[in-house]
Amino acid sequence: MKIPILRLERILLVSIQVDLTDNDAMQFQSDLVEQVAEIEALGVAIDITALDVVDSYMARVINDTASMVRLLGAESVICGVQPFVALTLVEMGRDLLGADCAFNLGQGLEILRTRIATRGDTRLSEDENV
Amino acid sequence: MRMSELPPAQIPLHETADVVTARRAARELCEQLGFGKADQTRLATAVSELTRNVIQYANHGECVIENRSTATHRCIWVQVRDQGAGIANLEQALTDGYSTSGGLGAGLPGTRRLVDQFHIESTPQGTCITIVLTKPL
Repeated sequence: MKIPILRLERILLVSIQVDLTDNDAMQFQSDLVEQVAEIEALGVAIDITALDVVDSYMARVINDTASMVRLLGAESVICGVQPFVALTLVEMGRDLLGADCAFNLGQGLEILRTRIATRGDTRLSEDENV
Repeated sequence: MRMSELPPAQIPLHETADVVTARRAARELCEQLGFGKADQTRLATAVSELTRNVIQYANHGECVIENRSTATHRCIWVQVRDQGAGIANLEQALTDGYSTSGGLGAGLPGTRRLVDQFHIESTPQGTCITIVLTKPL
């Protein structure tokens, strides 16, 4: 199961639409991190609207992925955590999802753009030679 | 009730895909019995945690999901069992923040908080965890 990673200039969009097995989740993590490095992405938005179960393992994979992306130098935001997923994660324990979140992909993108702008990196487009 | 005539679901646990199968089966039964979305998510998440433990620590086992509703209560009973080496320090494993596998340490204590009843038996011959979700009709 391969999760498609969409590229919008130097922002990467990932929408997890299927229930991932642990192996799928690890594959997704390495694919995404690799691609962030490859294109020197400025930001990554991970949409999990379709996930109706996020257990501690999946939460860790999502958190770790967001941290890895940030270590590489890109901003990251998790979008569309379902209300009952949020409820369950908080009931299970604190800090299961520590990454930055947004209601939906649209808002996530807005957050990324603002952050990238305040960071002073204006090369949203690919014209690095200018 | 018609649902109570359904045979219990018995899901063998051998690989990570079985975790997905088990949590889906749990959610489906939950939904069929009329539990709300919050309870569906709680039970599916609890089943996911427990069945993953089996794959991770004992390699294989099984998950049984049963409808044990009565005239007054809707009730789902889930048992996850394996013949692995057991949990050496049960008290520690049920403590928040403790994990032997580099997880977030929310596994067992977190799961316990999601369900109405939680029972664990662990010997060097295997582990058996029973969880129950009930709601008055």
